[in-house]
Amino acid sequence: MSEVVHGYRRPQTATQPPLNSPAYGSTRARHPQQPLLELPHTLTETSSPIFTAARYPETADLTVLENGAGEAMGERIIVGGRLTDEDGRPIRHAMVEVWQANAAGRYNHEGDDHDAPLDPNFRGMGRVFTDENGFYRYVTIRPGAYPWRNHHNAWRPNHIHYSLFGHGFAQRMITQMYFPGDPLLPLDPIFNTVADEAARNRLVSKFDLELTKPEWALGFRFDIVLRGREATPMENT
Amino acid sequence: MADATPELAPSEATVASAHQTAGPYWHLVDFPEWADTTRHFAGNLPEGQRIVITGSVTDGTGALVTDALVEIWHADPQGRYPDPNGDPTAFQGYGRCATDKQGRFRFTTLKPGPVPVGPHAGANAMQAPHVAVAVFARGLLQHVSTRLYFEGEALNATDPVLTAVPEARRGTIIAKPAGENAWNLDLRLQGEGETVWMAV
Repeated sequence: MSEVVHGYRRPQTATQPPLNSPAYGSTRARHPQQPLLELPHTLTETSSPIFTAARYPETADLTVLENGAGEAMGERIIVGGRLTDEDGRPIRHAMVEVWQANAAGRYNHEGDDHDAPLDPNFRGMGRVFTDENGFYRYVTIRPGAYPWRNHHNAWRPNHIHYSLFGHGFAQRMITQMYFPGDPLLPLDPIFNTVADEAARNRLVSKFDLELTKPEWALGFRFDIVLRGREATPMENT
Repeated sequence: MADATPELAPSEATVASAHQTAGPYWHLVDFPEWADTTRHFAGNLPEGQRIVITGSVTDGTGALVTDALVEIWHADPQGRYPDPNGDPTAFQGYGRCATDKQGRFRFTTLKPGPVPVGPHAGANAMQAPHVAVAVFARGLLQHVSTRLYFEGEALNATDPVLTAVPEARRGTIIAKPAGENAWNLDLRLQGEGETVWMAV
C-alpha cells in the first residue's frame, strides 16, 4: 500500500542563493560541503506551528515604543504587501516578523559597533499578521545603509529583514526587502547571490502611491511568495 | 530516495521569493522564552516526557557559531501535529533558541512520538520520533535543515529518512542521552563530522 503526501515544489535553480557564495565571505566556513540529502516531504514538513496575535502580540508601528518618550528619528514609511504561495493563493493569518537598522544605519544590538547613533525611540523589531487576503502592513522608518567588513569599502544597501511561516515548515523563510533605486544594490554580494535577475529584483520593494498616506509617509509595496504545493501528490511506496 | 518532483511549476504560477541571510543582528527577533515549547500549554500539556535538547553549532574551522538562530519543529508525544482548523490550544512543538557564547543551544520540550509518513499512511509506514531542525545565521544565505533522531529508538532501523543516510554518517543526526531526560546533538556546518544537512 502506498500513501500520498502532498509535498512542496522544489526551488528552481538560480532563483535561490547558493549556500557556497564566495563573494560573501561569511559563507566560506559555514556552507555544507557534503551534498544535501533530498528530504521527502512528510507530515513534519507539511505541517507548521500556528501563530496568533493573542499569543504573539502585534507591533505594527515601529516608530513609537511602548512607554517611549517620543518618535523614532528618520523618514517615516509605510510598508505593505501580500503573502501568497506559488499558485497565487493568499497565506492568511500568517505571522510576519521584521527587523532592521535605524535611520542612521545602526542596529540596536550589542554586536553592532558602527560609529552611528542609536535612537532611544527605535528598537527595530516588528510583528504583524496577514489578513484574509494575505495582506500585511506596518509603519517604520527607512533604515540607513551601514558598513560591513566583507571587502574594502563594503556597505549594505538599505534593507529590512523578514521572517515568514506558511502552512508547512518546508515553507519557512527568512529574507530581506530592499529599496528601489538604491545605488548599493549592484555592489552588494548578498543581494547578488541570487543569480536570476528577475528573482533578485523581486526582493526590491516598489514605491506605491496607494500605500502612501498624504501629508504623512511614503508607502512601499513588498509582496512575498512562499513555495507552493506540488501539482500532483508524490507517491511514497 | 526517488525525487518525484515536477521540474517546472505551472505556467501561471509565480516563483517563490529568494531567501537571504538572517545576518548577525537577528537577535531583535530572539525571545528566549521561545526555547521552551511547553510555555503556552501549562495545564493542557499532552501526556508525555518532558525533555531537554542541547547541542552546539560549529563551523568548518571548528570555531563555535555564537550567532546562530536554531529552530525546532516536531510532533507531540502521540505523534500528532496541530490541525490548523482544530483546537488552537493544542500543543505545538515549535521552538527558537539563540546559540550562546559557547555556541550552544538548549530547548525544553516534550519528546515526540512516532509520526506517520503522510495523513493516510498505515502503521507500517511510521517514522521514528524526530525533530526538524533549522539553523539560520550570518553566512547562511538560506537556513540549513536537518532532523534530530533519538538514540535507541526501535523505529530508527526502518525510518525512511534515517535509512537513506549512509550508515557512517547517521550518527551526525542521532542525539545521545545527556543525563536524565536530556539529549544532545552537536551540529557541524562543514568539514569533519559534517552534519547530514537536508534539502527540504
